[in-house]
Amino acid sequence: MAKTVAETIKEITRRHLNDNNELLFGQAITAVGWVNNTVPNCKNIVEFPMSDVSNMGIVCGAAIAGKRPMIVIRFQDFLWLNNSTLVNYAAKSKDILGTPTPIFVRALAQENAGCVHSGILHSIFMHMPGFRVCSPMTPKEYEEGWDDFMAHDDPMIVSEHRTSFSSTREFSNTDNEADITLMPISAARFNVDAAIEQLNLEGIKCNVAHVMWLKPLKKDHLLGSLANSRAGLVIDATFEICGAAQSIAYELMLETGKPVKAFGLEDRSVGVSYESRNETPSAEKIVAAVKNILC
Amino acid sequence: MAEQTNLEEIFRRMCLIRYFELQVAEAVKGNLTPGPVYLSVGQEAISATISTLTKDFAVFTQHRGHSAYLAYGGDIERLIDELLGLRTGCCGGRGGSPCIQDLDIPMYGHHGLIGENIPLATGYSLASSRPTVAYFGDAASEEDYALATFGFAATHKLPILYVCEDNNLSILTPIDARRKWNVYEVTTAMGLKSMAIEDEPRLILETVSGLLDELPAFVNIWTCRHLWHVGIGTDGPPERDRIAEMRDIVPNAEEIEGEIQARVRELWQRQLQKL
Ligand SMILES: Cc1ncc(C[n+]2csc(CCOP(=O)(O)OP(=O)(O)O)c2C)c(N)n1
Ligand SMILES: [Mg+2]
Repeated sequence: MAKTVAETIKEITRRHLNDNNELLFGQAITAVGWVNNTVPNCKNIVEFPMSDVSNMGIVCGAAIAGKRPMIVIRFQDFLWLNNSTLVNYAAKSKDILGTPTPIFVRALAQENAGCVHSGILHSIFMHMPGFRVCSPMTPKEYEEGWDDFMAHDDPMIVSEHRTSFSSTREFSNTDNEADITLMPISAARFNVDAAIEQLNLEGIKCNVAHVMWLKPLKKDHLLGSLANSRAGLVIDATFEICGAAQSIAYELMLETGKPVKAFGLEDRSVGVSYESRNETPSAEKIVAAVKNILC
Repeated sequence: MAEQTNLEEIFRRMCLIRYFELQVAEAVKGNLTPGPVYLSVGQEAISATISTLTKDFAVFTQHRGHSAYLAYGGDIERLIDELLGLRTGCCGGRGGSPCIQDLDIPMYGHHGLIGENIPLATGYSLASSRPTVAYFGDAASEEDYALATFGFAATHKLPILYVCEDNNLSILTPIDARRKWNVYEVTTAMGLKSMAIEDEPRLILETVSGLLDELPAFVNIWTCRHLWHVGIGTDGPPERDRIAEMRDIVPNAEEIEGEIQARVRELWQRQLQKL
């Protein structure tokens, strides 16, 4: 049977801790479902206290000692607290001190989990030099992200999404003659099928080019799909303003001269009530955004 | 006699919290709450008792805050509306269970990062000189910014009472797996008068009354959460139930309980009609 994303993460972690004698850090990771069943029950797991600011410094210290530690951040919003060490130490240490800090940051996201648990922060790491940033949504992509981490000595931010955990699916890209190329990121990737189906019914042809690598941006397949279509739409599960989608759209637009727009969450806090929610663009919203570009 | 009156009032507040929370559980079962809920069932005695001693204090709670909100007389209809995600809720339906507030108390809400209310409460007491109380959990109290803040309050001799509702759990991870030291010993070393006690109302009354003369102070109160960290599940019967114990101490306990239960149910039914 095909492995799910969660099983893939668990397997990679087990290998790293057992075979490489490496370390995994996190808060409450060996209880409550072992982080959606992505954490194996094996040696070398360090339970952190709830000291969110200092914890990341401890992980970086382990990397200075020659380890390639992993850390689980159960909800990406907590990164705001320990970000200082990540941005000011981990991302700069190789350039400034000549000491790399290869840490693997598993940052989990979730839809509609209230104002403290719904955030996705990959964009802010793309903004800072020194990080590698990816958002794998399939088992193979996760393996690819892991291999890349092991092949380099940079801190890696892995923007995970719980929506993908039970999925075994691999996505494929298309580069046919089309009206538009959809380039979804993170959880938005699970919403594009339904949007494309609806758009096809309405006579609008779509290509899809999935975005897993955010930094360095892997864009050959994006450019390939875009070459055969009139316009593009980069769709993210986080805020549109100054975010990954806008940044990627801008780069693609400059390179192709075609209109490429960004689409994501509105510029307001995510609330709990149905009317104050601010969610990953749904298929209906993607359809409306596409029509808006093409009209 | 005075103690008896106090205990009856404490029992009333405990029952208000208990029966309110059990109604929340019903609403969760009926899929009527759009966000996660953090319930205080089992932990009622702490804020029910301390609120009787600190009624003019400003209040800052963390995610498990329905208990303090109710104990200090927060608006019940607006709390129900908040949990139902209505615009008439105490945060306009946007914050949900972990963020609640009632500025008439005044009780201030926050974003939901644990322990974030500790520095906020401390800055408030510094700037307002108003006596302030902060409620938080055993995990929140080990946050680095919480520890640094306790030291700040001691340095500036602020009029603040820190109340750690110590259920020995961070989600499901016990203290022993997280640290091998006690926060109240650290706060003692920092110069805060600090005590560690069980959540028995008479003991809380006696201890906290003493601490209020010596603010800033820290009280660690061991308690027993009956339900899951979030939501309404249980992992079996609780180790102890302070409400059951109070039934033997407070005269007419059953009558009081029945009356409060009926009032809470009625309030919920009325608010539910808004849906
Ligand atoms: C800064 C931060 N880190 C982690 C979390 C995730 N989290 C939410 S509640 C909780 C446990 C809190 O335990 P405690 O403070 O003891 O309060 P209790 O839930 O036991 O009442 C954790 C770890 C969070 N909300 N904020
Ligand atoms: Mg606790």
